[in-house]
Amino acid sequence: MGQFGIGQPVRRKEDVRLLTGKGLYTDDVHFDGQTWGVFVRSPQAHAKILSIDTSATKAAEGVVAVYLGQDLKADGVGTLITDVEFKDLSGKDMFRPKRDFLAIGRVRFVGEPVAIVIAETQAQAKAAAELVVVDYETLPAVGSTAFAASSDSPVIWEEHGSNVGIHWENRAEAEIDAHMAKAKYRASVDLVNNRVVPNPMEPRCAVAKWDADAGELTMYAPTQGGRRIQQGIAKIVLNIAADKVRILSPDVGGGFGIRGKIYPELGVVAWAARKTGRPVKWRGDRSETFVSDYHGRDQINHAELGLDENGKIVALKVWTIVNCGAYFAENGPRLPINGGGRIIPGVYDIENFYFSVRPVLSNTVPTDTYRGAGRPEANFLMERLMDAAAHATGLSRDEIRRRNVIKQEQMPYRTQMGMVIDSGDFVGNMDMAMKAADWAGFEKRRAESAKHGKLRGIGLSNFVEPSGGRPTEEMRIALTPDGKATVYAGTHSHGQGHETVWAQLLESFLGIPFEDVSLVQGDTKTAPKGSAGTFGSRSSWMGGVGLQRSAKRIVEKGTKIAANLMQTEPSAVTFDAGVFRAGTTSVTIKEVAKAAHDPKALPEGVEAGLDESYFLERDPEEFNYPNGTHVCEVEVDADLGKIEIVNYIAVDDCGFVLNPFIVHGQVYGGVAQGVGQAMTEQTVYDEDGQLVTGSFMDYGMPRAHHMAMIDALFNEVRCKTNDLGVKGAGEAGACGAPGAFVSAVCDALKEFGIRNIDMPLTPDRVWQTIQNAKAAKAA
Amino acid sequence: MLIEVNMTVNGRAVSGKVEARALLVDFIRDHLRLTGTHVGCDTTQCGCCTVHVDGKAVKSCTMLAVQAKGKNVVTIEGLASADGTLHPVQEAFREHHGLQCGFCTPGMVMMGVDICRRHPNADEKTVRHELEGNICRCTGYQGIVEAIMDASAKMAGGRA
Repeated sequence: MGQFGIGQPVRRKEDVRLLTGKGLYTDDVHFDGQTWGVFVRSPQAHAKILSIDTSATKAAEGVVAVYLGQDLKADGVGTLITDVEFKDLSGKDMFRPKRDFLAIGRVRFVGEPVAIVIAETQAQAKAAAELVVVDYETLPAVGSTAFAASSDSPVIWEEHGSNVGIHWENRAEAEIDAHMAKAKYRASVDLVNNRVVPNPMEPRCAVAKWDADAGELTMYAPTQGGRRIQQGIAKIVLNIAADKVRILSPDVGGGFGIRGKIYPELGVVAWAARKTGRPVKWRGDRSETFVSDYHGRDQINHAELGLDENGKIVALKVWTIVNCGAYFAENGPRLPINGGGRIIPGVYDIENFYFSVRPVLSNTVPTDTYRGAGRPEANFLMERLMDAAAHATGLSRDEIRRRNVIKQEQMPYRTQMGMVIDSGDFVGNMDMAMKAADWAGFEKRRAESAKHGKLRGIGLSNFVEPSGGRPTEEMRIALTPDGKATVYAGTHSHGQGHETVWAQLLESFLGIPFEDVSLVQGDTKTAPKGSAGTFGSRSSWMGGVGLQRSAKRIVEKGTKIAANLMQTEPSAVTFDAGVFRAGTTSVTIKEVAKAAHDPKALPEGVEAGLDESYFLERDPEEFNYPNGTHVCEVEVDADLGKIEIVNYIAVDDCGFVLNPFIVHGQVYGGVAQGVGQAMTEQTVYDEDGQLVTGSFMDYGMPRAHHMAMIDALFNEVRCKTNDLGVKGAGEAGACGAPGAFVSAVCDALKEFGIRNIDMPLTPDRVWQTIQNAKAAKAA
Repeated sequence: MLIEVNMTVNGRAVSGKVEARALLVDFIRDHLRLTGTHVGCDTTQCGCCTVHVDGKAVKSCTMLAVQAKGKNVVTIEGLASADGTLHPVQEAFREHHGLQCGFCTPGMVMMGVDICRRHPNADEKTVRHELEGNICRCTGYQGIVEAIMDASAKMAGGRA
């Protein structure tokens, strides 16, 4: 394989552009005659809207228009999508609250948009938005997850009569109780999986214009591939054909799962551009993203494990409450059920599994997909439970895991929930990580730290996370007459380096030089019709294999053209590394590309051009299974509660690695988000439903000094269910990190009898936990 | 009331009329249309808007445009040589995968240059501490810290 082919640590093509200020993000785009939209947002967590007075606003300088929810509704705008359906064991459907694009009659969380003010300048729109008078009648609010599920809580959707959207269970609990009763050992945990704000660094933004003559909308916005947003805006908001809506996302400042949604702001900006006939731009600031970007995680879990005399798990029971916010967002209740819940047993061989999920509604920002989308929660829960099992059985933390992991010879392994894990070396992951971390030499280091007054701890965490997302994707390769290739994609790189990796693939598949391959993405007009986007760690698989098969079609057609050029039969032609050969003669793919565009050089019946697509469709229940073991080592200053990560080993099986340089980057970033959740990040609502952590001043984003250098290693086992052998890589870090980190800190604090601390492990919380433990011991 | 400001940006004399409350970043982005400088927050926490003012790294969201009157401002667009040769810090970011989505990158690079100037052969602890005012959500900071350490060593070597 060449220097720029598959598997090489190729430096990124996109970097020079982004390093010199030549990126093009949505806020860099301006349309002629553009107006500015500013949203009026609810300052109340839960209230009736008695009236809205916009008379002063309309009279203010520069104001073009003011719109309320009713205006959109009267124009035929529908409600936002909840793209999930679940039934409980009795067959009863999940409650599905409806959400208007601008709230009508009732607000249910702080930050919910109730109006948009459009003016000539942003300053005018901001000033005029201040003049909108909304008369609210405050209602009792529900700010916390546990409270939302309790019978004392106010009900925020009276028509449902409860804040619990559904009580979903995988099976009757009694079926598992019989197995649990046989257990020699029992272990249990009670966990809080803290709510986090995803916070991509580019705040959300949109600029739209309506072409009245063509009846077409063009909108720039940061997305993870605009196809779903295009379809949603066309169908729900504008009531026009999808191909009359064009969504562009040239450069996007981070995705992490939350960018792929049809947010109310996008719908309102699109609709207002058509209504006013003027381009409309909305530039969200960070304070707005805190109250309008969907949040992540937010679960409370109770789990019980039963083990036999050998430490083998005989039964697992899990109860989860997940706070979905004021409405069920697109994926809301999917995350704790299909997203993560069904993989809770993780890398372990567990036959008897019961789990129950209660998605609750509360007066908070809706939660949706955030890096891992249910899998980090599932893996964290299982790994905390395994630590508890180690304590209960007296086995070491690694031994209890070794006795229960699924072995390679058991694969393909069908889980109790019907998922088929095709491949993975779970024992090997642990061996590799523990060796790299010098686990065996840890006690010596612990003693060394103790001499300096520090408490040292080590922890490990296994994980597996089904990847692949939506089951369809289409990729296209077009060759120019001079033999250069353009990839047209609906997958979207917002940091993942597709411009580089797709070029590596084409160099390998077609022998077209790396520098001669370009990528066109982020535009629904040029993206293949069947494309979806980038989420769920899916692009290497769905996009990579899609490209591989498109390339195969290029070679098939190229073979016919090459045969004609070499005056032989296509069956006599072979292709390798960019050269078509027949006996002693040969032509390059460059020559074939030229001939493909020359009608005189084409064989009969072959259309001009060398331009092929492939629509890849897989079984929706088929995933790939990235997995790994992370080991974290920490030092704790017990007097300050301060934790320092002193070593971090991430062993990942991402299948066949297309570019180790880029995959390492995905691991580092994922780990930082996992460590962020475990160490610094906490979304705090007070009991009135006010968001206390609404800016970077109050919300603990992980900074450079929180992190340590991560040693990322691969234990590559190729995936058996796709042609490239790839597994996802984007979300793995966030799955492995919280469990390893918390395990390490609890290990450091074991002399106090501390077995768990709820995330985030801030200095205050750690210090307080130590004080409480000391006091309890003294008592 | 609009106020006339003039300053040097990336070696070029520029002027414009701005509102008194306009921030330096507004002038750079909206007036000069130098869109490489980004705005990632509204509380001076993220550092995406970092530029150099008279040779020092400054968050351009935390300075009024009128305060930059007569000063020498360098933005990310002015860092590479005229022939396109990248600054050693830019080159190091590329070599060490110091960027993913690219949004925090201009601020990180401008801060990185400032760190390298003040700390020849900067060690890891220094770089991490110095980056306290710059947030990245993609990279886990690993490539950024490696890049700045590497560039700092190279720039120190170049001066010697």
